[in-house]
Amino acid sequence: MSYPVEQNEKFASYANPERLVSTEWLASAIADGAIADGKLVVVESDEDVLLYETGHIPGAAKIDWHTDLNDEVTRDYVEGAAFAALAASKGISRDSTVVIYGDKSNWWAAYALWVFTLFGHQDVRLLDGGRDKWIAEGRELTTEASQPTVGEYPEVERNDAPIRAFKEDVLAHLGNPLIDVRSPEEYTGQRTHMPAYPEEGALRGGHIPTAASIPWARAAAEDGTYRSREELEALYLGEAGLKAGDDVVAYCRIGERSSHTWFALKYLLGFDTVRNYDGSWTEWGNAVRVPIVKGADRGAVPAAFASN
Amino acid sequence: MRKLEGMSTYTLPAALAEIVDDFQALTEPDRLQLLLEFSRGLPELPERLKDHPELLEQVVECQSPLFLTIESEKNPDGARKYRLFFKAPQEAPTTRGFAGVLHEGLDGLTAEEILAVPDDMPELLGLTRAITPLRMRGMTAMLGRIKRKVAAASRLEH
Repeated sequence: MSYPVEQNEKFASYANPERLVSTEWLASAIADGAIADGKLVVVESDEDVLLYETGHIPGAAKIDWHTDLNDEVTRDYVEGAAFAALAASKGISRDSTVVIYGDKSNWWAAYALWVFTLFGHQDVRLLDGGRDKWIAEGRELTTEASQPTVGEYPEVERNDAPIRAFKEDVLAHLGNPLIDVRSPEEYTGQRTHMPAYPEEGALRGGHIPTAASIPWARAAAEDGTYRSREELEALYLGEAGLKAGDDVVAYCRIGERSSHTWFALKYLLGFDTVRNYDGSWTEWGNAVRVPIVKGADRGAVPAAFASN
Repeated sequence: MRKLEGMSTYTLPAALAEIVDDFQALTEPDRLQLLLEFSRGLPELPERLKDHPELLEQVVECQSPLFLTIESEKNPDGARKYRLFFKAPQEAPTTRGFAGVLHEGLDGLTAEEILAVPDDMPELLGLTRAITPLRMRGMTAMLGRIKRKVAAASRLEH
């Protein structure tokens, strides 16, 4: 059963207002007993595996991006059976309304939401501003472990194609719009890894030819909420040059920061076809014979790859 | 000092060996819980360092800001012991937990004892699967930085 959607002026301007909830809305839904009733399932998804334990929104369950959502052996996401077991254990049923929030302006929350979407979960929303905003507003936290009533979740086959791009898809996509959400230093090739993440490096630095550089954080305001529709349009339609109806691929380093941008393009600006390339630079920058452009210019697709 | 089975000539100071034993005796979720306790137990910086952030060095390999420094003091018996100081934000409990382990395991030891700790000691905690190999690197880097600083300081004193 879907929980009522939040109505407010900011969200109303987005293409899919039903994909966001505000901290005020969540606090009052919790006060109304929505979690206790099982009408709403709140999930925290952070980069730091212990952060949830230091204090979380009362009633929220924890999903860890690495141990819960990634396959332990293959570089891939879990399969349907593992996802069904995970969701059920967190109190999630197929028709549950799920609200996800997390640290670092929702990087990992958006990533978890994207994985839920790979499994076609219908009603999954993001808490605008995430964990930091909730805390900044002095809202309630608890260290009490949540005890969800086990949900009923069917084994659903993951459907990657609509929102996930693999390396081969990106090669075939060359000539169409790409958004690189990494830092300018990573984009130009000055750095082969993100500051402070030396092990997620690559053998080559630079970007995929023609990709526009829009670092992910530019889509977020100071308080971690998404910028207004007008501001997002200035960024992606204006600066990046996207046009309505474009088929877009976003990428970063391992696909988590680009999930944040994927969400903005897909649900806030309403692009129908947006895929997240989760192989991202840790694959592309290590792959043999893929085209790379160094420097601040977007560059051109080399003739040998120009199929489009 | 004692030798660990199967770890060739690796030796760990008693306090650190005890911590390793505690972690190894637990299941994975309980190991994470123990790491959380270490993050809570990390002592605050003394006032003289709080007011002087420039005296601390950042370990950039850590996923969250982590600063550390060492000081040495002479015991009445003439042995020089090293004190360790860490600063990490509350919202980075994993990083704080690692710092807490190193603080409890190494604070107040001699240069010889600290330098004898194997560089891959963090692997012994059995957290690699839960934390990811990537995040383990931050702890290895922290230990490496402590050892480098202790080595440099003890060379100056000799």
